[in-house]
Amino acid sequence: MNFSEVFKHSNQLCRISPNGKYLATCVQYRLVIRDFDTLQILQLYTCLDQIQFVEWSSDSSFILCAMFKRGLVQVWSMEQPDWHCKIDEGSAGLVAARWSPDGRHILNTTEFHLRITVWSLCTKSVSYIKYPKACHQGIDFTKDGRYLALAERRDCKDYISIFVCSDWQLLRHFETETQDLTGIEWSPNGCVLAVWDTCLEYKVLFYSLDGRLLSIFSAYEWCLGVKSIMWSPSSQFLAVGSYDEKVRMLNHITWKQITELDHPSTISNPKIVFYREVERRPVISNDDLSAHHSLTTGSSLFSTQSKYEVSSLPAQVPVIKPDPDRPNPKIGISAMAFSSNSRYLVTKNDNMPNNVWIWDVQKLKLFVVLEHVAAVRCFQWDPCHPRLALCTGNNKVYMWSPSGCACVQVPIAGHFQVLSLSWHTSGQSLILLSKDQLCVCYLENKDS
Amino acid sequence: MGDWKTVTMPEPLPVLDLSNYGPTSVISSLVQTLPPLSQNSYNLVSAFCTDENIGQCITYINQEISSLGFPPISSDTRGNNDLNLVSVLNVIYELLQLHKKGLRTMEDMETEQLKSSSDMDHLQNSHSKLKEQLELCRRENKSFQERERQVHLKNKSLQNSLKNEKEEVQKLQNVIASRASQYNHDMKRKEREFGKLKERLNQILIDKKDKKMAIEILNYVGRPDGKRSVWKTGKTEARNEEEMYKVLLGDYEHRLKDLMIENAELKKVLQQMKKEMMTILHPQKHGFKEKKEESIDPVASDDEEEPGENSKEYGLDLSCELAREKLTNSIRQQWRMLKNHVEKLDNQAALMQMDVQNECNVVSREIHEEEVDKLKLEIQQCKDFIKTQQQLWQQQVNSPCDEETSSLLQDCYLLEEKERLKEEWKLFDEQRKNFERERKNFTEAAIRLGHERRAFEEDRASWLKHQFLNMTPFIDRKRPQTSKHPCAFSASTEPEVRNLHSSPQTMKSVVTNIPTPKSQSSLKMPSTPDLYQTLCLIPNKSSPEIQPKRSSLQDPNVRMYSGELSTPRPRHSLNSDNYFIYCVSRDENTLK
Repeated sequence: MNFSEVFKHSNQLCRISPNGKYLATCVQYRLVIRDFDTLQILQLYTCLDQIQFVEWSSDSSFILCAMFKRGLVQVWSMEQPDWHCKIDEGSAGLVAARWSPDGRHILNTTEFHLRITVWSLCTKSVSYIKYPKACHQGIDFTKDGRYLALAERRDCKDYISIFVCSDWQLLRHFETETQDLTGIEWSPNGCVLAVWDTCLEYKVLFYSLDGRLLSIFSAYEWCLGVKSIMWSPSSQFLAVGSYDEKVRMLNHITWKQITELDHPSTISNPKIVFYREVERRPVISNDDLSAHHSLTTGSSLFSTQSKYEVSSLPAQVPVIKPDPDRPNPKIGISAMAFSSNSRYLVTKNDNMPNNVWIWDVQKLKLFVVLEHVAAVRCFQWDPCHPRLALCTGNNKVYMWSPSGCACVQVPIAGHFQVLSLSWHTSGQSLILLSKDQLCVCYLENKDS
Repeated sequence: MGDWKTVTMPEPLPVLDLSNYGPTSVISSLVQTLPPLSQNSYNLVSAFCTDENIGQCITYINQEISSLGFPPISSDTRGNNDLNLVSVLNVIYELLQLHKKGLRTMEDMETEQLKSSSDMDHLQNSHSKLKEQLELCRRENKSFQERERQVHLKNKSLQNSLKNEKEEVQKLQNVIASRASQYNHDMKRKEREFGKLKERLNQILIDKKDKKMAIEILNYVGRPDGKRSVWKTGKTEARNEEEMYKVLLGDYEHRLKDLMIENAELKKVLQQMKKEMMTILHPQKHGFKEKKEESIDPVASDDEEEPGENSKEYGLDLSCELAREKLTNSIRQQWRMLKNHVEKLDNQAALMQMDVQNECNVVSREIHEEEVDKLKLEIQQCKDFIKTQQQLWQQQVNSPCDEETSSLLQDCYLLEEKERLKEEWKLFDEQRKNFERERKNFTEAAIRLGHERRAFEEDRASWLKHQFLNMTPFIDRKRPQTSKHPCAFSASTEPEVRNLHSSPQTMKSVVTNIPTPKSQSSLKMPSTPDLYQTLCLIPNKSSPEIQPKRSSLQDPNVRMYSGELSTPRPRHSLNSDNYFIYCVSRDENTLK
């Protein structure tokens, strides 16, 4: 594992272009474009204000920078550095900006979710979409970029509009059987739209592309319901994480539950591997205190080293009791992710923040549990291999693959706390982000 | 009463006090008091009887006594008070007696009294105790009743409170429901207002012709696909619809294909399972049935197989309901059979386990049986031996006894006879061996004779041939061939012959003898019938195990001959060559 030098960034704004060639970082009001391989600066753009949001277009030829405070969006081109575009939402305000899948339209959501403005970079045309619903995930494009599903709210009822992205024509518009729709998500094959209701009610609905209701799934009533939803890359399964600390897997044929993945606080099944991070403070002998040594190990002297150890079973998972009086209690499955080959599912239960659970999707059984000293901040699967990278807000990167797991200390002097990470599309390198710095972590090629 | 008694008892009773003894016992008390009176009278003579009033006393006493029913103590005939001494004494005596009696009764009475009083005391005590108990019980009862009442009261109050609580809950639920509905209503109202505001804001934004809201762009870029955007028309809409349905259809087709593949795979697995089940079941079934009914079995099994075959074919080709049903049914049936079979095996296994433990390494059944037979034989022999020993023992022990001696003698005879028989057997055996030897000699002689005859025939044949060839025009050509001929044969026949005559005992001598005449013998074929006859004379006594061996050896040799045959035949067009070659092969056969 090799690490690059450190670069500055602000607001955790750092994106790799979809083709993997460029790395865009924002430093206050400057946008820095680097070549990913050499990390040389290719372009440097200056925006009108502090950048709050950055997004690459799907073909990696444009990048948009949003400045919500000003209601501004600026677009830059990779091919023509002189080219520039500025979109001003004016008094309507701006809360969100995103590319359309074709990379030639920008969808701006105005304040109060008054409307969504669709700006085109090809023509002068501007379209509006009214009544977008302000919710967790109210807008979703299909993977192939052909259709856009948008949650709407009119007359206290939820609707979904499906648009054809090529000409922004409304294809379907239908009412949903929800109290207060919270999110929508297309299946990866773009044929089924999963819709889930507010957390007060456990309700997941499946709509076909043509607006037919395929099925409704509800596991229980009278309790806080769905917390997160994730399609498997093969569109075969839908994992539904809920506040009752369970993940339910639904199949794509009958839309019924296949299995229930429980997150028990005691792990006793001997087939499960329980990795526990064990911290070791370096023992400093008198020899180590010599000036020479302290110079070389200066950075690691004050930090602790840690490693994974296979814990003997049965093992206890530390549980945090959520405060019942506060809204959005810290309990339940908040994050899930399928590995690229659909073989593994990783989940995180909010009241066991230090643990990450990896499930074998073939067997539908718990496979590995990782326990860390600190709460897990972020995890992400390698886009090419079944390999999971995660961070816990300290100076280490944790990796898991079916063959084992490791934690690696980031050998950077000073205070580098990994708050989030993201894989390069090739799956061979990884960007680590601390509060205001970033570095690239290169993994050894398996072939070499 | 007791108190009173204790006071009075020790003191001498004064006469006047006698009346105090209760009205009922006046007489008895008088009687009782008399003796002490008489005693006391000695001291108190002056008090009652003095010299002066003796007469009066007498009369008084007399009166008294008579009133008491005693004979008078004085004869009152003359008016004088003459004491009739006898009667006085009698009276006194009687009085004394009475007194004594009285005393005794009194004692009894006293004891009785004591007893009864103690009884009384006891009873009184127990009575009081019981009374106390009763009281206690009553009190307890009261307390229980009280408690019950209290509990009842409490229960009632609790029920009341429960009812109240329930009402409260109901009320609260109603409140919650109403609040919820109110909240929902308010929410809706707010949302509607919010919507209206949004609308208004939107309107304002549009009306205002917001100058700020704009896009500044250097130049418009081309679409990624390079096409120009199209006008929105009904056509595009239709096209969009079409495309959407295409996507959906594609997805469904894809899914259908997946399902078909999965289905086919499952079917394959099912078929394979079925086939395997059949293969597992059928040999077993055959074996099982053969044991029971050999003649009926094959037909029945064929019948059973047929539907299975049919369904298999159907299942592979079509997936129609009927075929599927058939397939599943047959599989189910077979599965049931398999299950039964496995269960049976399980049972057997349970039984076999002990046997298996005994003989860990598996011995083939034949060996096992042989072993068992041997052991049985041995056991039989041992038993016989033991019997004879016992008999001998008994003979020795019971020698004096007459009857037993006779039996013993009999046994002796038997034994003797046995011995004799054995000897005879030996003799017989020897004779047989001699016979066999002779037979062998004879056969050898016969063979030799046959050879000689053959040699002779050969000679004759060669002579004839010579003669014949001399007559034909091929003389010069024939020469080399004849020289070639025997060697070709010798190569092939020699090992052959060795095999032919490999009857174990005589083999060696024959082998040494034969090679030379062999070449001739093949020429002497016409005589084979004779030889055959002579050989037929040899009884088929030769051990049967050798025969198959020979035949097995012979077959390849015969083939070799035929192989040889094919090469020389084109060379000589002569029939005679073919002929004797055939004969050789026949000869081999006959030699068997």
